[in-house]
Amino acid sequence: MSRIKEKFAELEAKNQKALISYIMAGFPNEKSTMSTVKGLIKGGIDIIELGFPFSDPLADGPVIQNASTVSLEKGTKIANFFTLVKKIRKETDTPLVLMTYTNILYHRGYSEFIAEAKKAGIDGFILPDMSVEESKEYLQAAKNNADTIFLISPNTSNTRIQKISKASTGFLYLVAVFGTTGVKTGIKKYTIDAIKQVKKQTKGKIPIGVGFGISTPDDVKKYIRAGADAVIVGSAYLKLIEKTPQNQLESKVATFTKSLKKQTIL
Amino acid sequence: MKYPKNGRFGEFGGKYIPETLVPAIEELEENYLKFKNDKKFKKELDYYLKVYAGRPTPLYYAKNLSEKIGGAKIYLKREDLLHGGAHKINNTLGQALLAKKMNKKRIIAETGAGQHGVATAMACAALGMKAEVYMGYRDTIRQKQNVFRMNMLGCEVHPVKAGSKTLKDAINEAIRDWITNVENTYYLLGSAVGPHPYPVMVRDFQSVIGKEIKSQMKKINNKTPDTVIACVGGGSNAIGTFYPLVDTNSEIIGVEAAGHGLKSKMHSATLSAGSKGVLHGMMTYLLQDKEGQVTETHSISAGLDYPGVGPEHSYYKDNKRVKYHSATDSEVIEAFLTLTRTEGIIPALESSHAIAEAMKVAKKSKKSESIVVTLSGRGDKDIEEVQNYLSKHVKN
Repeated sequence: MSRIKEKFAELEAKNQKALISYIMAGFPNEKSTMSTVKGLIKGGIDIIELGFPFSDPLADGPVIQNASTVSLEKGTKIANFFTLVKKIRKETDTPLVLMTYTNILYHRGYSEFIAEAKKAGIDGFILPDMSVEESKEYLQAAKNNADTIFLISPNTSNTRIQKISKASTGFLYLVAVFGTTGVKTGIKKYTIDAIKQVKKQTKGKIPIGVGFGISTPDDVKKYIRAGADAVIVGSAYLKLIEKTPQNQLESKVATFTKSLKKQTIL
Repeated sequence: MKYPKNGRFGEFGGKYIPETLVPAIEELEENYLKFKNDKKFKKELDYYLKVYAGRPTPLYYAKNLSEKIGGAKIYLKREDLLHGGAHKINNTLGQALLAKKMNKKRIIAETGAGQHGVATAMACAALGMKAEVYMGYRDTIRQKQNVFRMNMLGCEVHPVKAGSKTLKDAINEAIRDWITNVENTYYLLGSAVGPHPYPVMVRDFQSVIGKEIKSQMKKINNKTPDTVIACVGGGSNAIGTFYPLVDTNSEIIGVEAAGHGLKSKMHSATLSAGSKGVLHGMMTYLLQDKEGQVTETHSISAGLDYPGVGPEHSYYKDNKRVKYHSATDSEVIEAFLTLTRTEGIIPALESSHAIAEAMKVAKKSKKSESIVVTLSGRGDKDIEEVQNYLSKHVKN
């Protein structure tokens, strides 16, 4: 069983939902990423998504775009990213999901990249520009090596929900709103409807994580109440990291994480 | 390849897109397939191409240029005479009309040098629609005139300050807008790039160029040209020129921007120097580093300044149907000046890449042979750029 699957089983037994954080590796530098991870673990995070920067992050809003640019300028490369993952792995058994764009894996070769990532301690992948139609080679390479987490949107048809959930392992990532990451918006009725629809279509076979635009404990509470199995908070973490001095990072991240995590305990 | 199965030209193309865009792309393909053979739609588009854009464009025998070089006969396909000054209007009229049929109220587009933005603004004004255009901040400075032109045409221009602040970032931002406003917005892409069906749709709308070349050459000497040449950035004027001729015996050459030279990192010659990758929804050749990060490009012509290329060009490169060469900035300036002086035609710097290649090919060819060059746009927009180049590089 994958670490992600185990985590969801463990949470279910405790009557809890999952809190997932997204942070950009190397933003604003490698040291701060380590402190952030320590804070996340202290705060009770369930799954950590680590962003690997790409030059053209077309599904991301300004906050993550900026984090990508900074991370690349600071010299984040695949090799030092995997070294960082290994370091994190030494600290924790928390599932680690790598979020990046298709070209990063394609260019190295899906099999080679996924094998290296697995060796470093990565448990799954999220590629926002990988549509299920183009995923054959990627899925073959990931099979039995890593979870493949695909995205679903509020406008995804039922037929596609079926197709995408078949290709997904670990959890399904439901995009809460029409837009890029980090959009500020209230909770829309169409999102609540989408959560219900996806749950109905997948019949509880795979957990549903909701992300994009979720930034406060109140948001977390509302999405959990609407039936989400997990909530993903990203841009809000990056904003916190950006404004917090290095020596306070671990404790500030831990406090914020605790405030979010509280809302996932039923 | 007539209509690419699963959106693939061989291994190239496809739809690498965020899930939110899937319904929009499916709707687009469905409507495109419906209208492309619809008699009423074709008639309406033909009408606009003829009386609004100025088609057919002449095929001009450049006698002075040919004689100066002393080889093959060089013919110019005068897309520079179209309304707006470039081939871009062929595609924007087609897509704007399609958007209208699809009842889309809001049009967005990206632009590099501004030619596609201007052509979008014109087509939308003519068809009574509103357009917003994303343009790299650096390009809004380089091409101030075109920003003003778009504004006058009633179009809002959004400068993009992310990344390299050029065409690729303008495309990223247009895609982000489309993801956000997917329910009412039509994305009018300007080159034969992006996720399927854009590459094939843009090719089809631009194929009027190659079809006219074929029939015009037939009238002149009852055969297809020995060689056809066009410049390649994203590759829309080139694919429009080439596609109707790929099944003939014509030699076909695409010309990329070699900038300061292929060995410098200052160029945009994707097919000559790139490797396979995924960007902007398509698998194609890209300029990228060892880690798969897309690199910045350089060309004296803003319109060729793009690190990717249309997937059908990647396909023709690999199956060797088309040869892809390149021209450096200095060769381009020389071609620009030569054509201007010999024929009184000021070519766009983009098109001057094709002229530079034609001059090389003509020299080596027999007088009985014919070369057709697509003159994709006029060069008035480039006068300042040329002036700057000359004052920097040429004494006296």
